[in-house]
Amino acid sequence: MISFRLNGQPQQVDVPGDTPVLWVLRDTLGMTGTKFGCGIAVCGACTVHIDGQQRRACVTPIESVAGQQITTIEAVGGDRIGQAVQEAWVKHDVVQCGYCQSGQIMAAVALLSANPKPSDADIDAAMSANLCRCGTYVRIHAAVKDAALALA
Amino acid sequence: MRPMFQYLNGALPAALEESAAAAPGGLGRRVFLKMSLASGFALYAAGGSAQEATQGGSGPGAPEPLKPFQQPSAFVAIDADGIVTVTIGKIDFGQGVQTALPMLVAEEMDADWSKVRCELAPAGEAYKDPFFHIQMVGGSTSMKGSWQQYREIGARMRAMLVGAASKQLNVPAAQLRTESGSVIAPDGRRLGYGVLAQAAFAEPVPSGVVLKTPAQFKLIGKPVSRLDARAKSSGRQDFGIDLKLPGLRTVVMVHPPVFGGRVARFDPAPALAVPGVEEVIQVPLSGGAVGLAIVANGFWPARKARELVKVDWDLAGVERVDSAAQLEQYRALARTPGIVVEKADTSALDAARPGLGRISAEYTFPYLAHTPMEPLNCSIDFRGDRCTVWVGSQFQTVDQAQVAGVLGLKPEQVTLNTMTAGGGFGRRATPTSDYLVEAAQVAKARHAAGKSGPIKMIWSREDDVRGGYYRPSHLHRVEIAHDRQGNVVAWKHVIVGQSITMGTPFEGFTVKNGADTTMTEGVAESAYPFPIALEVHHPKVNVPVLWWRSVGHTHTAFVMETLVDELARAGRQDPVAYRRKLLAKHERHIAALDLAVERSGYGKTKLAKGRAWGVAVHESFNTVVAYVAEVSMKDGRPVLHRVTAGVHCNLAINPRTIEAQVQGALVMGLGMTLPGAAITLKNGEVEQGNWNDYRVPIHLDAPQVAVFIVPSADPPTGMGECGVPPIAPAIANAVAALTGKRLRSLPFPA
Repeated sequence: MISFRLNGQPQQVDVPGDTPVLWVLRDTLGMTGTKFGCGIAVCGACTVHIDGQQRRACVTPIESVAGQQITTIEAVGGDRIGQAVQEAWVKHDVVQCGYCQSGQIMAAVALLSANPKPSDADIDAAMSANLCRCGTYVRIHAAVKDAALALA
Repeated sequence: MRPMFQYLNGALPAALEESAAAAPGGLGRRVFLKMSLASGFALYAAGGSAQEATQGGSGPGAPEPLKPFQQPSAFVAIDADGIVTVTIGKIDFGQGVQTALPMLVAEEMDADWSKVRCELAPAGEAYKDPFFHIQMVGGSTSMKGSWQQYREIGARMRAMLVGAASKQLNVPAAQLRTESGSVIAPDGRRLGYGVLAQAAFAEPVPSGVVLKTPAQFKLIGKPVSRLDARAKSSGRQDFGIDLKLPGLRTVVMVHPPVFGGRVARFDPAPALAVPGVEEVIQVPLSGGAVGLAIVANGFWPARKARELVKVDWDLAGVERVDSAAQLEQYRALARTPGIVVEKADTSALDAARPGLGRISAEYTFPYLAHTPMEPLNCSIDFRGDRCTVWVGSQFQTVDQAQVAGVLGLKPEQVTLNTMTAGGGFGRRATPTSDYLVEAAQVAKARHAAGKSGPIKMIWSREDDVRGGYYRPSHLHRVEIAHDRQGNVVAWKHVIVGQSITMGTPFEGFTVKNGADTTMTEGVAESAYPFPIALEVHHPKVNVPVLWWRSVGHTHTAFVMETLVDELARAGRQDPVAYRRKLLAKHERHIAALDLAVERSGYGKTKLAKGRAWGVAVHESFNTVVAYVAEVSMKDGRPVLHRVTAGVHCNLAINPRTIEAQVQGALVMGLGMTLPGAAITLKNGEVEQGNWNDYRVPIHLDAPQVAVFIVPSADPPTGMGECGVPPIAPAIANAVAALTGKRLRSLPFPA
């Protein structure tokens, strides 16, 4: 039995310790907002926050986060930065297919938490680790800037 | 070796025949005179137009009974609170039809847009495309083909609501008006659509309806936010891969390392030792291959077991493709006589002539994988005499027939639910239904073994990257003779590449005299008045190929627009002025080009040192897109800073989606230029496996993009793909301006 906190609530799961956080969320707990994209930590679709830091859930064994706080897309809107990012996403109509956007939003929230006034270059650098095959980068960029402005 | 499509399920061609025969208005096969498949189809009708195909009994003479695709009840539901749910027959995988199609219905209904919702229809008769006669999305035709149909649905629904209100208010229908979800009487009394809904659906369905003129539109033409924006910005949108069912098992496949390979023997014991793994089953795959399916209680155990299962592969008689050897083979083929597509006088090329310049060019293009963000998946619940499928399908009718064929059912015994899909770019429009057939084989094997319960098959990213169905590799060889002003005197053009559609049910529509129009589109129908002598070769290769967003235009636009630029420079002419002169008879090209040029500052603004403009304009899917790109060089490679787009898509239904489609397609198109954007094979095996070695565009690659739309009230044309083709040549043309070097291959050199 592995214990951790998930979106503020205590959670226990009985799975092999090497099971990635992604599959604990999706298959064990039925929380499918966090997406599977590559399985090797290159696309960012599975981005979650662990103790406030963004992590790739697809390569993070559940045993490595025992006792820690996992935040997922389902709850990220509960804080001020998460809410501002989500509102900016809607306002800018960022999404197309939408599959990568949970991860994009988690990455944007992590960026703005660490750097409330990111420059264009900061946004390029921070957001380039999250792939989008629809090519919504232009709108993501605008939405991140707008969210930063709304939070200022 | 085996041709890739010989294993097509026999039920499919029959199912397609049947739907063609049942075509409305007697438009049978004659409209299919020429059809160019895109991530669907660009279509050139001989006997009718998409509009005619969708017009109901509103023509002269006795009204024909309405067809299922004309019935409001199949498309519109209104609840007591006045929420209008529009069910659309198309999948939405990002292109925005689940906002735009409801806009068409809501416009004619005078619905309250804040109360409009959208759902994706399952496979069904009413949702077959009235023009293609199958349920599908492709060729950027959704808005073009549904423009009339969905507005008529809305107008019929409105008339039924007015009819019901007329009875309840005791006011003649002609005196009632509608506005924002209510029917309003001259005395000001109003009834909301929610109150009227039940009675309205009992009203007779009118056949002939008068549609609004563009000047009367309140919603169409306005920038409207996507209906799915909030769900997709909060993790609440469920995709096919997110399906939850009681007892659902996860299936991970073991595919052969070479296309067409077969399991010779395997040892399942190490895989079965993984906790959670229940079965390892041998199953026939698409294309004559044989693989394994691992069934487990979740993805992770199945994935772990896959690494442990020991397989010996039988590769006897299987062609093992090598990309380097293929390039040499294509190069040699291009110098031999091919299938003649267009004839023209090329005698000026026979010997050097005084006063004539010469361009001799070879272009090469690699295989490309689509890699939509959502890994390919589908779920199947097979109950012996019926089956339910959940899949992000672009070809519902095809996939339904293929699954039915595997399971020995009739298509109507297969319920196919269309799931929201995480991208597709052509990969979800597979005539062989390859991954659905795999899943159906697994379901069949389990059922035969007495195992019940639904399965969800998930391909890993490696399965996807190595799974074939790529944009084919191509080689173009072009010889041009031109005068000192850049005027073309002779043009010989040879294209070598696998046919996408030969051997599929679409062959009859797309292959003309042995040449696949999905490969020649963009050269064969070029707007430039060049005397092009065009020949093609279609080698058979053991690599499955498929349409990739904008299909033939992915390579033909690059060849044509870089050569046009080269000719302009050879004639010492400005590349824009040169194009304007040649395209004088093509008003839409000129309008799109002029708009992009004007808004970019091309020729007026002085660019920063080290930067140059690159221009390209190309028509695909009946839409013209012009790009003016601003580029500099860094470490010998181009950097794309800013792009100004001019778009002519006739009437812009939702300008916001059009802007987004151009921005996104542009990024996908520039992705073709990035070193590493290539699928290569060695000894039959695909050398790439994931996004770490198959390069796709990242945030940093995206330029600033400004999109401008030419105003028009003409019926809309395609928007899903047209933004892809012109960006790579625009960049290459800027590189030539900066360095004098002509880039003739995609991706660009590292």
